Parts: sequence; C-alpha cells; structure tokens
Amino acid sequence: MTGHDDLPAAARARRLEERLIAAGLATDDELDEFLTKLYASASPVNGALMAARAWTDPRYRDLLLSDGNAAAAEAGFGALSYQLRVVANTDQMHNVIVCTLCSCYPVSLLGPSPGWYKSFAYRSRTVREPRAVLAEFGTMLPDTVRISVWDSTSEARYMVLPVRPAGTGALDTGQLAALVTRNGLIGTALV
Amino acid sequence: MTYLAGTRVRVRAVDPDHHTRMPRYVRGQAGEVVAVLGRWPLPEDSASGITPPRVQTCYAVRFSAADLWGSGDHTVTVDLWESYLDRP
Repeated sequence: MTGHDDLPAAARARRLEERLIAAGLATDDELDEFLTKLYASASPVNGALMAARAWTDPRYRDLLLSDGNAAAAEAGFGALSYQLRVVANTDQMHNVIVCTLCSCYPVSLLGPSPGWYKSFAYRSRTVREPRAVLAEFGTMLPDTVRISVWDSTSEARYMVLPVRPAGTGALDTGQLAALVTRNGLIGTALV
Repeated sequence: MTYLAGTRVRVRAVDPDHHTRMPRYVRGQAGEVVAVLGRWPLPEDSASGITPPRVQTCYAVRFSAADLWGSGDHTVTVDLWESYLDRP
C-alpha cells in the first residue's frame, strides 16, 4: 500500500473524496457545491472588518471578545459552524493561533488557510518556540512582550484581534479594515 | 460543569489506542482552566461511530512552556474535554 504521506496534498484529498463517494456519503456534485458555497463568501476581509470595527467601537470590541459568534452575526457573518473565540493582542501580550492536531481554522472569517498553517513545521514548532517562529515570519517581538499560543483542539476556532496601529486615528472602519492582514488575524504578523 | 475558570487540573497520563484530541505534549501536565467553552460530542466516540456519542464540557486549559518543554517563557492554551482531565 502506498504511504499517503508520499502523495501531494491534492491527490490525498482526491483519494479521500473517492472513498466518501464510494461509501455513498457524498457525490462529486455535492462536494463541488459545498466548496463553491464555502469559498464564495469565506475571506479574510470578513475577519478584518470585525477587527476594524472593534478598534472603533468599544461596545463591539467587548462583544467580540466575550461572544465571537454574536459579534460575527452582528457584522453580517452569522450562523458560524463553530464557536468563535477572539483573543486580543496588547502592548504586553501577543497571541498566535495553531492547530497541532490538524488544521482547524475559522475559514469563513479568514478564507482558506495558508499552506504553512497546515505544515508539520508550523504545527510542531509554534507551541515549542513561538518567538523563533514569529521571527521567521518577520515578526520580531520585544522580549517584554509575552506570547500566548492557542492550540485549537476542540470545536472552537480562534482569531486574533491585532493592536490598532499608531497614527490611524483619522481612518474610518473601511480604511482600517484594509490594514488588517490574514496573518495579523492568525497572529504571525503585526498590523 | 466540574471545573471553573481558575481551577488547576492535570491532563491524564494515558496513551489511548484510538482517536483522541488530547495532544501528546500535554499528557500528564498540570495547567489552569482559563475558560469553559461548551459541551460537545467526545471525538473518541464520534470517530468510533458510537451513537449517540458522549457529550462533555470542553475547557481551555493554559500550560506554561517551562512545564511543557523545560524552557520558554510563553504559555500554550489547549482545549480539552472533561474526561481528559483530573484534579492535579
């Protein structure tokens, strides 16, 4: 039997799909429809809008940090298929998200996860030496900033609320959202 | 709900021969509950086709890197189902 680890990811995914289809659990059309629907609206623009709104509206920030699902619904991204937990960066605390077991990720708010998020290197090293991993992303944190790593092992999905950049007081929510990157919402970058 | 936020807990030091969402690197380690997340089907049961699966409370448990790895000044917070945990 061929070791699945030797196969490129797309071929591994296709094998899995073929097993599902052979077992009568799904059809090709159903899988296509699901993915089309998912990726039609899944984008880091969604998470960025929520972060920007939290920067400008203290009430929304409190909601986002205490009840992520309610905050997503209020922003028009309702009915998440997971519990959303948002963790806020500060000048003294930096949060970063990983899934050591697989690749759990809030796809509807961040879009499809990047390849590196699913890599063995990112998954194993982020819990062990996050400061070094962040430095390789170009994110050099002062020693005074503590790092909190969140390993998404359950039905909860995590998103980081970055620190609002200095000098952005005159920007509106839309302009602020344009500053927020996907990596900023994962925690591998600052905004 | 058995554990409130702030409770010290220890992950069971077990090596199950079936699917689990208990990462190996926290087994046997002590940490602190920082949030009570919700009640979800136990992945062990779901993966084994047990219907209905047991439903348990899941907790976000924070560990210090120094405890996990012997070095490091960061923390790692892991979501763990109730049956993965014991009092320390």
